[in-house]
Amino acid sequence: MELYELTIHEAQRLLRAREVSSVEITRAVLRRMEVVDGRVRAYLRTMPDAALGCAEVADCKRAQGDDAPLLGIPLAIKDILCTKGVETTCGSRILKGFIPPFEATAVAKLRAAGMILLGKTNTDEFAMGSSTENSGYFTTHNPWDLSRVPGGSSGGSAAAVAADECLGALGSDTGGSVRQPAAFCGVAGLKPTYGRVSRYGLVAFASSLDQVGPLGKDVTDCALLLGIIAGHDPQDSTTADLPVPDYLAALRPDVAGMRLGVPKEYFVEGMQPEVEQAVHAALDVYRGLGAEIVEVSMPHTEYALPVYYLLAPAEASANLARYDGVRYGYSQPDPRDIWDTYRRTRQDGFGPEVKRRIMLGTYALSAGYYDAYYLKAQKVRTLIKQDFDRAYERCQALIVPTAPTTAFRIGEKSDDPLQMYLSDIFTLSLNLAGVCGISIPCGFADGLPIGLQVLGNAYDEATILRVAYAYEQATDWHLRKPPI
Amino acid sequence: MKLSREQVLHIAELAKLGLTEEETERFTEQLSAILDYAEMLNRLDTSAIPPTAQAISQRNVTRPDEVRGSLPPEEILANAPRREGNYFQVEAILEE
Repeated sequence: MELYELTIHEAQRLLRAREVSSVEITRAVLRRMEVVDGRVRAYLRTMPDAALGCAEVADCKRAQGDDAPLLGIPLAIKDILCTKGVETTCGSRILKGFIPPFEATAVAKLRAAGMILLGKTNTDEFAMGSSTENSGYFTTHNPWDLSRVPGGSSGGSAAAVAADECLGALGSDTGGSVRQPAAFCGVAGLKPTYGRVSRYGLVAFASSLDQVGPLGKDVTDCALLLGIIAGHDPQDSTTADLPVPDYLAALRPDVAGMRLGVPKEYFVEGMQPEVEQAVHAALDVYRGLGAEIVEVSMPHTEYALPVYYLLAPAEASANLARYDGVRYGYSQPDPRDIWDTYRRTRQDGFGPEVKRRIMLGTYALSAGYYDAYYLKAQKVRTLIKQDFDRAYERCQALIVPTAPTTAFRIGEKSDDPLQMYLSDIFTLSLNLAGVCGISIPCGFADGLPIGLQVLGNAYDEATILRVAYAYEQATDWHLRKPPI
Repeated sequence: MKLSREQVLHIAELAKLGLTEEETERFTEQLSAILDYAEMLNRLDTSAIPPTAQAISQRNVTRPDEVRGSLPPEEILANAPRREGNYFQVEAILEE
């Protein structure tokens, strides 16, 4: 096994046993990046010299007895999270050259735990997209088939983890943006409960839906990263003042006697047959492990899409008003007046999907339309949340597919926004309901990974990690590597 | 829901988003299609349902009203496209 193929927990063990140094691991990963990133294009920017410097420091610290959980572990961070002193563009031209003077809490926590920053990964612009094709810079390619998308918006992070270009990564999930690329790239990706992880320094897309989430080569790594980034943050008043459980201790491969719900509305026409088969096969694995599979109904599932595509753009239209060429980022160099600065900065700086969503959101919030669209969507959001509440009365976790298909080809859906939005039908409700979910690999179709979600109740990440872990340990999908 | 060109231009102005002619046409079509799709929400009777702004929320999060540290002006201005001293420089806001 190559050092770049290690998981975080394996690297931790080897580092602690002094069998390998952080410099050796980091050098191996950097070399791997050199070999494959020209084709995968997971990274928007990398800092190899700084990373090696940090690795040397980490090895010194370890020699002096430091044993922080991520000491010397090289990770990647989605470019939607502010990294102090390191350019952060959110995949947009409007923030080209922006150097944050502060750091996102989630990133700061990883750094305090000793992580080495390899670079910032590609993302759909301002996290708006399901394929990473909306990045203002370039598209990332799926390591399993370079002609296909890695998913989005955390496509860069997912591809980097899948291609062993980092030992783990952070992404963000507003409508599925950690889970769907995790599924397309055959890795594990978790969306925490809303308020579990601080959004301070996470550049805001939709403030009531956004969450920072870990992507890892296996469930254990997700649990490890979650344990470090989770927690109350006085700088984000939407974080919960609740203790963080020991997620690693929760990883027992034991689901005997557990009730796992399967909502019938998640098996729709138009789903790729292999995806449906893989999920049904996974249910058999769970039965074999002693779990009871219970059919539940979540009747408002199909409404998640229109609800999301009214609420998220509405929130985005407010959050993106700040990009006006005044305090940071691109500014139209030759404006006639202040309004011209705003209009032309935003016209030049934003890509089409971002503009589309700003327009949609502005319309939904505007006088005369607010009740019919925004308020209506918020009411249906209540119904969607109630579906989850009712389901969790009958089971401890839900098992559903992550995406209706495997990774589609680059360019295949980029002309039809609505088609692109449909790839999120199985992930959107979770953000609307605010509860947690993890995607893990559950099979392949024509060499492309298929993802399965385990969805849990609020702040019950320990349960979904355990249920996901049990399946993972009974199968070997997580050990497969892309042929790159 | 078919949007008119005037509506699209109005929305763009509210959002201070300059649009090309081509974008105006394309967005009129695409936004209309998305809003059409959103009409399906009207199948649901939500007259007795309260809206949810945040599914999982905290309430009235406060802290003592004490002065705490902030960022120094140099750091805040470091990304300014145009600056003058400790100010962000912009075009005139108020006309004569």
